[in-house]
Amino acid sequence: MIPRHQKLLFGILLLASLIMGVTLWHLRERAHQRLLAGQNSAPTSAPEVAPAEEATLLVANDSDNSLLTQARSLPLPADPGARARAVLGKLLDLYADPDAAHPVPGGGASVLQVFLLPVPEIAATKPAGASSPEQQTSPQLAVVNLMGSFAANHPSGIETETLTVLSICGTLHANLPRVTQVRFLVDGQPRATLAGHADLTRTYLAADAVPAEGAHP
Amino acid sequence: MRWTNWSLAVVVAGGLCGLQSAAQQAPSAPTAPPPRFVVVLDAAHGGTDTGGRLADGQLEKTSTLALSVRLRSLLGARGIQVVTTRESDATVDPNRRAEIANHAQAQACLSLHVSESGAGIHLYTSSLTPSQPVRFAAWKTAQAAWVTRSLALAGTLNSALLQAGMTVTLGRTSLPVVDSMTCPAVAVEIAPELGPDKKVVAELDDPDYQARVATALAAALLEWRTGAHP
Repeated sequence: MIPRHQKLLFGILLLASLIMGVTLWHLRERAHQRLLAGQNSAPTSAPEVAPAEEATLLVANDSDNSLLTQARSLPLPADPGARARAVLGKLLDLYADPDAAHPVPGGGASVLQVFLLPVPEIAATKPAGASSPEQQTSPQLAVVNLMGSFAANHPSGIETETLTVLSICGTLHANLPRVTQVRFLVDGQPRATLAGHADLTRTYLAADAVPAEGAHP
Repeated sequence: MRWTNWSLAVVVAGGLCGLQSAAQQAPSAPTAPPPRFVVVLDAAHGGTDTGGRLADGQLEKTSTLALSVRLRSLLGARGIQVVTTRESDATVDPNRRAEIANHAQAQACLSLHVSESGAGIHLYTSSLTPSQPVRFAAWKTAQAAWVTRSLALAGTLNSALLQAGMTVTLGRTSLPVVDSMTCPAVAVEIAPELGPDKKVVAELDDPDYQARVATALAAALLEWRTGAHP
């Protein structure tokens, strides 16, 4: 025979368990609804971080070994390093097209970083605290860090490799006139050649790569 | 003893006469050796460095070696001394290639390449700024003093190839091997031959195409020899 107070206690505990179960189910439903609502509000397209501007690209053509100047409208950040990366990204996106006149796989993601530094000789002659107006017009060295897979998959050949290097140098100079010299890294490391031919250990003079309209480099 | 002295005097006098007559005849004698003319052929890549992969599955290193062998035979048959940087499928360091060329003191150095990109024959000279010859040149820019001659050699090659009916592209580039050479140096890159409609009319493995290219290059080097040693 169960005592009366134990029956009462059992009933209260059962009731409490039921209430807790209902509450938990209700909270779970609310959390699920909140999660779904959060997913719905996620952006479905990339936000434009910068207004579209006109950029000048020096696009290579394998069939006649030329660099052709093309104007393209694309969002360009204000920061010069990010701007350089965006412009080169667009250039390499054009080359990634299967029907491109200078086909190179990889696309814009192949440009990991572009570092802009004072030209070493000029930087060495300036005192450490030298500043403003001169710094804003002084020539710069661009260090382009490419992805290893870009170099590994680049077609091999003197012409195609030279055109890639010169189009990168020329495009940088056309959009950032202070860039007068360009060096290359691959995965952050120096590399002897791009794909067995074009020298990547030397410093390229950017102005040399800017041809007259349609001229050969 | 007296007989000995007389005979010695006769021998000395005879010797002096002989030397005098030889000295008089020297300018007209055809005994002067012909000017030395050496061509260096650098078959690019080799060994572990395969170079590019061509459309027919062949490797660039194989094609460049085949072209080098063919060109060496043609030049040898025309009496031109040829030095090659490799004769087999061996890995040769770029610096070693330039060393071989520089020790040969050649009048022409050709770095031979093959590529699927582009069309016709690509002739590339160093993009270094021409400079005056100096006693001690920096290794990586040793070609600077030779750029003007290299451009002239490229012009001669261009003329011969155009005369052979080929499409030629001239350009400047930075190749580690060529930039260290102290001779008139041109990188010759052979690409498939395209017709007017941009369709391939001669593949890289076409023996006729290879022969035409080699013959035109040999003819150009013969012409270069005439110009270099008039």
